[in-house]
Amino acid sequence: MCGIVGLHLRNPELHPRLGALLTGMLCEMQDRGADSAGVAVYGDRRWSPEGQWSVSLLEMKDDAVASRVSARLGAPVAGQWAGDTLVLTSPGQGLLDAVREVAPDVLVAGFGHEVTVLKGVGHPRDLATAWGLESAQGWQGVGHTRMATESAVTPSGAHPYAVGPDQCLVHNGSFSNHATIRRELRSEGVRFDSENDTEVGARFVAHQLAQGKDVETALKELLTTFDGFYTLLVSNADSFAVVRDAIACKPAVIAETGDWVAMASEYRALAHLPGVETARIWEPEPEVIYAWTR
Amino acid sequence: MDPLTFDLNTTPLREVNGALHAPGLAAAVTIENPAGAHNVAVGLSGETRVTVKGHVGYYAAGMNQRADVVIEGNAGTGVAENMMSGSVVVKGNASQSAGATAHGGLLVVEGDAAARCGISMKGVDIVVGGNVGHNSAFMAQAGRLVVRGDAGEGLGDSIYETRIYVRGAVASLGADCVAKEMRPEHVEELSDLLKQARFEGDDPADYTRYGSARTLYHFHASNTSSY
Repeated sequence: MCGIVGLHLRNPELHPRLGALLTGMLCEMQDRGADSAGVAVYGDRRWSPEGQWSVSLLEMKDDAVASRVSARLGAPVAGQWAGDTLVLTSPGQGLLDAVREVAPDVLVAGFGHEVTVLKGVGHPRDLATAWGLESAQGWQGVGHTRMATESAVTPSGAHPYAVGPDQCLVHNGSFSNHATIRRELRSEGVRFDSENDTEVGARFVAHQLAQGKDVETALKELLTTFDGFYTLLVSNADSFAVVRDAIACKPAVIAETGDWVAMASEYRALAHLPGVETARIWEPEPEVIYAWTR
Repeated sequence: MDPLTFDLNTTPLREVNGALHAPGLAAAVTIENPAGAHNVAVGLSGETRVTVKGHVGYYAAGMNQRADVVIEGNAGTGVAENMMSGSVVVKGNASQSAGATAHGGLLVVEGDAAARCGISMKGVDIVVGGNVGHNSAFMAQAGRLVVRGDAGEGLGDSIYETRIYVRGAVASLGADCVAKEMRPEHVEELSDLLKQARFEGDDPADYTRYGSARTLYHFHASNTSSY
């Protein structure tokens, strides 16, 4: 099944509550998949200090990597743990390149100025506690609870897939032609971290954005290229978008108020959001791109 | 018996549904704080009036017999699925597969119903105040579907004998579904359904009837070469 949640806050007064609201949404969706989970938090200054680069690393046992990356970069690098994810931050340019040079095989969960991506194997509630998600702040958050169907239950198989700067994609469903698209992307020089079908979707979108296309155009391309069943939530440094395939059998519900836009696989994940009683609530149409920008 | 009220914040759903199944239940029951829970008020079989104050999740009022259920909010996937009799009214929108496989009774969705509304319906009457999504009345076998708004792609695909009335636009008709003449008996039938669903201001003349062209479900010897 898998569960998707996402919250885009319009009212800055709610920013301090992002983590608490997102934790409630994520844990409400844990019945839809409890083998692993992940979140992407946008704008938490503890994990992504203002004006600095941040890189989230998985399966990294060695905290000394921060000092080695710092030496390579020639700028200070701070490392902090959130559960099993190591978050490196630095004011220096080229943090991701320096990480790749120092530790070429390291699994990068996400990177950018705004986003911190935390992923792990285990029960969503335990993971949220380990990450300290409840106290996170920021302006946007995305989460996923996974019931694995397409690849192994490993941190690299957990969503979100955040493969471009401040970009993030979560998916409920499956892509049936992902192997073909993966081959095509590989031939264009795109690297992959897992055998997961969703990663192909994320790499595809990132590849489109890197060519200068906007999110809406990239998602239109995705609609015509990918076969399968999918509800996707795609977020960026300034945007939040939802799209479903033509059959639209994977659930999705969107709610919108003046203070926030939220999306989830089921309404119950939205039930505790402030002001949900007066929200406009609807189900996204197949092959229609719903996008909000900051 | 006095009216009963259950609060899903304090009483577990299983207990509430258990109480709703008790013989000789009160005539009126209110369920508060559903918060999108699944399976609210499923499997009712007595002449009880149940009011749910808020949004519900999957399969609300599924398998209903004889009870009249009002949901004062939106309903998730499969509301009133496999209903046999009685009525279910959704004051807000319904998610996909509303009234799926239902054999009887009346389902009213005052807002929109999403994809596959009335899929494989087998005798239920469904009246939707707004629009229905794609593949509604797919393989519909019996009963009536009334849509006061528009219908999405593939309406009535592979339909058997359900009669569909749509006031607005139909994005596309599915295989074997065709527009048909509104004869006096259809105007009468539609008026009665609109009245039951409390949409009495509509003019039945604004509606188009759709149904089966009956070309798919008879075997034609001339098609043997296709098999």
